Amino acid sequence: MRYLPHTKDDIASMLEIVGADNLDDLFSTIPEDCRRTGRLNLPELLSEWELNGFMGALSDNMAVSPEYKVFMGAGSYEHYIPASVSYLLGRSEFVTSYTPYQPEISQGTLQAIYEYQTLTSRLLGMEVANASIYDGATALAEALLMAIRITGRKKVAISSLIHPFYRRVVQTYFEPASYEIMELPYFDNGRTNISKLEEVDELAAVAVQSPNFFGCIENLKEIGEVTHGRNALFVTSFTEPLAYGFLKNPGSQGADIACGEGQSLGIPRSFGGPVLGMFAGKMKYVRSMPGRLVGKTVDMDGKRGFVLTLATREQHIRREKATSNICTNNSLCALAAAMYMASVGGTGMLELSQLNFDKSEYLKKELEKAGFRISFESPTFNEFVVEFPAGFETTYERLLEKKIVAGLPLAPYYPEFSNHYLLCVTETMDREDMDVLIREVKP
Amino acid sequence: MKESLGTTGLILNEPLLWEKGKKGRRGFSLPRRDVETCYLSEDLAGGCPDFPDLSEVDVVRHYTRLSQWNFGVDTGMYPLGSCTMKYNPKTNERQASLPGLAGAHPLLPASLSQGALKLMFELERFLAEITGMDAVTLQPAAGAHGEFTGMLLIYAYHKSKGSRRSKIIVPDTAHGTNPASATLCGYQPVPVKSNEQGVLSPEAVAEVMDDDTAGIMVTNPNTLGLFEENIKKIAEIVHSKGGLVYCDGANMNAIMGIVHMGEIGIDVLHLNLHKTFSTPHGGGGPGSGPVCVRKHLEPFLPVPRVVEKSGRYFFSENLPESIGKMQAFYGNFGVMIKAYSYILSMGENLKKASQLAVLNANYIKEMLKEVFHLPYDRPCMHECVFSDKFQLAHKVTTLDMVKRLMDYGFHPPTIYFPLVVHGAIMIEPTETESKEDIDLFIEALKTIADEAKNNPELLHEAPGLSRVRRLDETAAARKPCLAG
Repeated sequence: MRYLPHTKDDIASMLEIVGADNLDDLFSTIPEDCRRTGRLNLPELLSEWELNGFMGALSDNMAVSPEYKVFMGAGSYEHYIPASVSYLLGRSEFVTSYTPYQPEISQGTLQAIYEYQTLTSRLLGMEVANASIYDGATALAEALLMAIRITGRKKVAISSLIHPFYRRVVQTYFEPASYEIMELPYFDNGRTNISKLEEVDELAAVAVQSPNFFGCIENLKEIGEVTHGRNALFVTSFTEPLAYGFLKNPGSQGADIACGEGQSLGIPRSFGGPVLGMFAGKMKYVRSMPGRLVGKTVDMDGKRGFVLTLATREQHIRREKATSNICTNNSLCALAAAMYMASVGGTGMLELSQLNFDKSEYLKKELEKAGFRISFESPTFNEFVVEFPAGFETTYERLLEKKIVAGLPLAPYYPEFSNHYLLCVTETMDREDMDVLIREVKP
Repeated sequence: MKESLGTTGLILNEPLLWEKGKKGRRGFSLPRRDVETCYLSEDLAGGCPDFPDLSEVDVVRHYTRLSQWNFGVDTGMYPLGSCTMKYNPKTNERQASLPGLAGAHPLLPASLSQGALKLMFELERFLAEITGMDAVTLQPAAGAHGEFTGMLLIYAYHKSKGSRRSKIIVPDTAHGTNPASATLCGYQPVPVKSNEQGVLSPEAVAEVMDDDTAGIMVTNPNTLGLFEENIKKIAEIVHSKGGLVYCDGANMNAIMGIVHMGEIGIDVLHLNLHKTFSTPHGGGGPGSGPVCVRKHLEPFLPVPRVVEKSGRYFFSENLPESIGKMQAFYGNFGVMIKAYSYILSMGENLKKASQLAVLNANYIKEMLKEVFHLPYDRPCMHECVFSDKFQLAHKVTTLDMVKRLMDYGFHPPTIYFPLVVHGAIMIEPTETESKEDIDLFIEALKTIADEAKNNPELLHEAPGLSRVRRLDETAAARKPCLAG
């Protein structure tokens, strides 16, 4: 086996040093009744070439672009990834290294993560970002737990227009501690209705997502002001960070913690993971933050260098008193995001965001022209909800056969919206693709 | 000694990203504009983010230079204890980047995602077979996330029995994530000490196990590299009081095909695909922390679950007692692909991998035990733990010695862990290191032990060949500068 370098002679001479007769003897400290008797029942091993064929067949059994036109976002987005990013990300010095606990020989990872923290802070308009959380959903759960730690209160208010899966993850995290979750309803215009906030006291945080699950851009400033008026922390979530290439960023709108999913920034969708939990906050709360942080310092000669810092928040030092149990994070995904942000650049982010916005506006308008109703009037980014006529399921199925995925049916997540579909368009969709969709859905 | 691996070579300085570039450059090919520009109301629109503008060449040189300041498994031996830094096969990377798998949207209808579903279904079956457990969830993103999932399963199990226990037993040798994960689930960790042989004694567990204790978290093999030989007895004690046994499977690389975890009384176990199953650590992640359970915990597993019916695969949410969702989607699928590809490439050789991992560790232990203090002198599993006791006489510490090891071209072992060994040096070579490389490593450590006696100053100053020298961590924490 090509990953196992030991020859028979190697094994024999090493066993002799160890004082064991054979490989089985090495396990003499394991009591007999703890040993496995049967063999491992696994398929016969594949050669590299057989594996390529086998995996290729699995891959061929999936519907992906460009063969398929997938008008579906909902927390996972198709964006172009420059070859340079994929290539650089494959550098094995990055890929095959561990967490940079030994800074002298990990400066590559450390500086790159410091840069990621900086670019993330700038994108979101926050003072400090951590080195990553698993995904947007766990980042939100961690943000709310952080707000609970800071305020000492046990209740949070969450917009019902936050991604339904994110809310379920928060529920899972909150279950044993019985923290209370209050869901905020929405207005007919597709934005969160925060009037219920007036009735509650002792809130740790108010959380909203913008653009929200319907694609609508929330009025963060107003929600932030009301939240702060209730002495709660304002947590903003997102699933599409590219929006902040041209929207006002959460920090400028009063967010105390901004967190969300960074997959759009150079990370393939990969059937949902690994992706990137982005997490940023105000400097005054940094000691309550979960996750790793890289800081700038100097070496013995005064030369600039980077280290993991404020580790006294973390589990390997603080154990049960840590701010989170997170250890392994999604570092390589953070590196991909940094490479992507560096490649697109500030000017490029604005242009790319604008193009994404324009493409989805085009589809929206064309659908309206074709006689369909756009469900919510609030401005959207990349995604929007459209109402199709009753019985559209048949058309949807027919389109699948034509290799078009006409968005995500909303009803499983919001039963009040049968026949409503969440559609997504990014820069990867040509006008021609959208025109085909319009022609196909037209009655 | 032979010629040292560590040497000097030309590497280049590189500024921070925003110290380079010029406004108007771009490293990205903007797609053709085939639609009109639309306007967004001014109260929502902001300016462009404050990023530098760089050309593609700027970006490529930047990250290439940074990468050269890093040490990875592909660079050399990386014997970090408890981290299982084995070789990361390149074919796995290829498979994970196949367009149908890397490009798949997670909410595709089942009919359009059979390949991914089948892969997940089969990987669950493989992991169940390898561990000897009954059912598996692939959803947790990492080891600690798996631990938290495991704690939630234990919580849900007790809740279904109408009880709510408040404590959980955590041995003093545990990884820091264990008590942190237990706390996140509302359990108060109750410490229990390992005995003079470095393992848990049934008596110590019996003393603290009671009706208010949800269970025990054991790491087996433990962080001293020793098999918890009393595990069956301990499981009986815990079970007899209605508790459950959680096993941290971070060290599973020692016992694949050798121990059947289900039969020794483990109820729930997490694996680290980024350790045992060869997926790369990526400078700190992403990992994947599947959780394996016995039948009685299956109803509580996270949703959705992959199910099979007449050769077709789909997701099922129909699990009323489920703990819920741990991640937005199904876990780190890209990592699962690599582990799956590894298992298919290895087959029954997985057992051989464990045997050779244990052989390598015992060989190092035997070769170095005269030079370094070995607190528990008995056959080890996949890692061995020394201390700096002998070298302290020369005012040389573990830190000094491992920093010097870098100059010889090796990544340091895990240090100062487990906490029960003062000045611990925890070495896990893994099975993918050859005898020649291990011999060179042993020789380097012996040389360092000599240097500790004869030239301690050299060690205090080490490393000398790295791009930067020892860094001021105190200053970094006192006045944190976390963004530029």
